[in-house]
Amino acid sequence: MATQPEVQAALSRRYDAGFVTDIETHSLPPGLDEDTIRALSALKEEPEWMTEWRLAAYRHWLTMKHPNWAHVKLGPIDFQAISYYSAPKNKPKSLDEVDPKLLETYDKLGVPLHERAKLAGVAVDAVFDSVSVANTAREQLAKVGVIFCSMSEAVREHGGLVRKYLGSVVPQGDNFFAALNSAVFSDGSFVFIPKGVRCPMELSTYFRINAGHTGQFERTLIIAEEDSVVSYLEGCTAPMRDDNQLHAAVVELVALERASIKYSTVQNWYPGDENGKGGIYNFVTKRGECRGDDSRITWTQVETGSAITWKYPSCVLRGDRSVGEFHSVALTHHYQQADTGTKMIHIGRDTKSKIVSKGISAGRSQNSYRGLVKVEKGAANARNHTRCDSILIGKQCGSHTFPYMEIKNPTAIVEHEATTSKISDDQMFYCRSRGISEEDAVSLIVDGFCKQVFRELPMEFAVEAKKLLEVSLEGAIG
Amino acid sequence: MLTIHNLHARIAGKEILKGLSLEVKPGEVHAIMGPNGAGKSTLGNVLAGRPGYEVTQGSVLFDGKNLLELEPEARAAAGLFLAFQYPVEIPGVNNTYFLRAALNAQRKARGEQELDSMQFLKLVREKVKEMGMTPELLNRAVNEGFSGGEKKRNEVFQMALLEPRLAVLDETDSGLDIDALKRVAAGVNSLRSPQRAFLVITHYQRLLDYIVPDFVHVLADGRIVESGDAQLARELEAHGYAWVRERTPVEASA
Ligand SMILES: Nc1ncnc2c1ncn2[C@@H]1O[C@H](COP(=O)(O)OP(=O)(O)OP(=O)(O)O)[C@@H](O)[C@H]1O
Ligand SMILES: [Mg+2]
Repeated sequence: MATQPEVQAALSRRYDAGFVTDIETHSLPPGLDEDTIRALSALKEEPEWMTEWRLAAYRHWLTMKHPNWAHVKLGPIDFQAISYYSAPKNKPKSLDEVDPKLLETYDKLGVPLHERAKLAGVAVDAVFDSVSVANTAREQLAKVGVIFCSMSEAVREHGGLVRKYLGSVVPQGDNFFAALNSAVFSDGSFVFIPKGVRCPMELSTYFRINAGHTGQFERTLIIAEEDSVVSYLEGCTAPMRDDNQLHAAVVELVALERASIKYSTVQNWYPGDENGKGGIYNFVTKRGECRGDDSRITWTQVETGSAITWKYPSCVLRGDRSVGEFHSVALTHHYQQADTGTKMIHIGRDTKSKIVSKGISAGRSQNSYRGLVKVEKGAANARNHTRCDSILIGKQCGSHTFPYMEIKNPTAIVEHEATTSKISDDQMFYCRSRGISEEDAVSLIVDGFCKQVFRELPMEFAVEAKKLLEVSLEGAIG
Repeated sequence: MLTIHNLHARIAGKEILKGLSLEVKPGEVHAIMGPNGAGKSTLGNVLAGRPGYEVTQGSVLFDGKNLLELEPEARAAAGLFLAFQYPVEIPGVNNTYFLRAALNAQRKARGEQELDSMQFLKLVREKVKEMGMTPELLNRAVNEGFSGGEKKRNEVFQMALLEPRLAVLDETDSGLDIDALKRVAAGVNSLRSPQRAFLVITHYQRLLDYIVPDFVHVLADGRIVESGDAQLARELEAHGYAWVRERTPVEASA
């Protein structure tokens, strides 16, 4: 039957978020040394300890080698060719002062800051290139003691908290990109939920890379004190450019006793064109620590973008009976390479983890799942259940599964299931014979495939994620 | 409504339909019977536009339009429906959601207003009652884990909801228990109307006791070799296909 090549041919996608905003920026010249870091820190009016912390990270980074363990092809990155700071020139103080062009940008991305701000239930922080440009609903949050602000502001205003927790989950020297991030991080979001507070709304941050030759190094820190609950969503896009852009973020989550953090990502970085030119290099260290007993951290991610993705959101289950979950949909197309997965580190007793990974590969892309389940000696009765499903669209793409296990406690039960399937010609024809176009049929089938993960996303974002997959699969068939 | 003239079709280089002609008028029910491998499903697939089939000769007009040059989804929107001999599973896709996507895609293609979820659910509820459908099946993924009979009933339910002008039922009766068979037949009968026509492919006279056809055709070796009324089906039941072969010696294929 003839459709498989058709399926293949059409995965030619349009990148909707690929426009460049023409806005005056203030950038540091490309290059990286201790002076760059001092200049950056000074620009951000940071306290001395912060500058020193960055420098220590930088010195550590100099001793490290670029990693090459991931299942990705990658040319050398020239770290001296990147500009480590880019900010809109007129930094706004409130939403009313935000450059209308910027607001337009977020409108185009479907993140109308003004309206979202009014929408009860969601607070938005928007990060444009290196800085946070708008943060809504903060007064409302302040009433219950929730702090939701840009990282730069947190460093200045909540130095004590930042100093206590920053690097406590992802140490400065954790890995090559985390060290780089620790040295040069520009902005990001800071969230603090005090004891016993259930955050009254979804918190979300939108990251946007606009300037060319800029690296984006956000740092996000979320702290949930005892018995608190928070749900946080990050969204990301970038313009289409021929050169590759670097994104090396660090996200740290800390959950104290009985706290629950749900962290969802809808990532739509520019993946490069159908010839593999351009796109974002996405190297992210995301780690959550269930520090307190009975705490819970859930990562949910929908990834459709970037040329190369390398990320493994992980959970350190330190508290007894703590629970870590990872739900992921990763779609790759054209020449995209994704190497994602998770690490679940069981340290406490009776800890549980659950992993659901759905990989969708099309074009000539390579989609790898890499997961580590580690059960330490003291983690009696640890449980893990892992399920990895892949679906292939066409014949030139690949999907790979690399499950690793390190079990040091004999009472642990670790289960792994994996399946690979493809969209069959029969399914396609069945849908079409009912009047559904090829493209809609592909998104329908893919949507069905991802159901289990979409269910985990906050309602509003589930719709967004679905739309994103649809756009990403545009031209998948034809 | 449907005019098939001297249709020749191949799959994988092998000629299956070898000069098939058939005329179906609105309001008529045509039964198609014939031995295994004769090309009955092939006919349904060619009509619905399944990729992989190559039409080498002949024509198919549907409401005066050249059906063969339409994409499968356009054929559906034009009012053609094929109930599959082997319905396909689509894991994770909610059955009701699928139906709505299908109906709205067709309506959109026809320039009609799409139904919102309230309107759609109302329609579904009506059809569930009419067709004696198990509501539980609608909340599950399309055909996933359905029993053979449930799949067939789901096909008929889809047909009821999509209200095609011409429905091709490919062995919808096989795998059904007696009660389900009666229900499916009642459903089809309730959809019979002067505007709508059916091509019912079946191996069994039993179905035709419930859905009484206006015409019965025997398809053998890629052609209609015998046509008659409901009585023909009864004779086939009694004598088998050898009997047809004796009456109409098959000429050497062109
Ligand atoms: N993809 C294919 N490649 C080769 N031959 C095929 C293919 N599909 C169908 N055929 C052949 O075409 C012929 C007609 O098949 P078809 O399914 O139309 O028969 P049928 O009349 O529906 O039979 P049944 O009563 O068993 O359902 C069979 O000989 C079958 O093997
Ligand atoms: Mg058949």
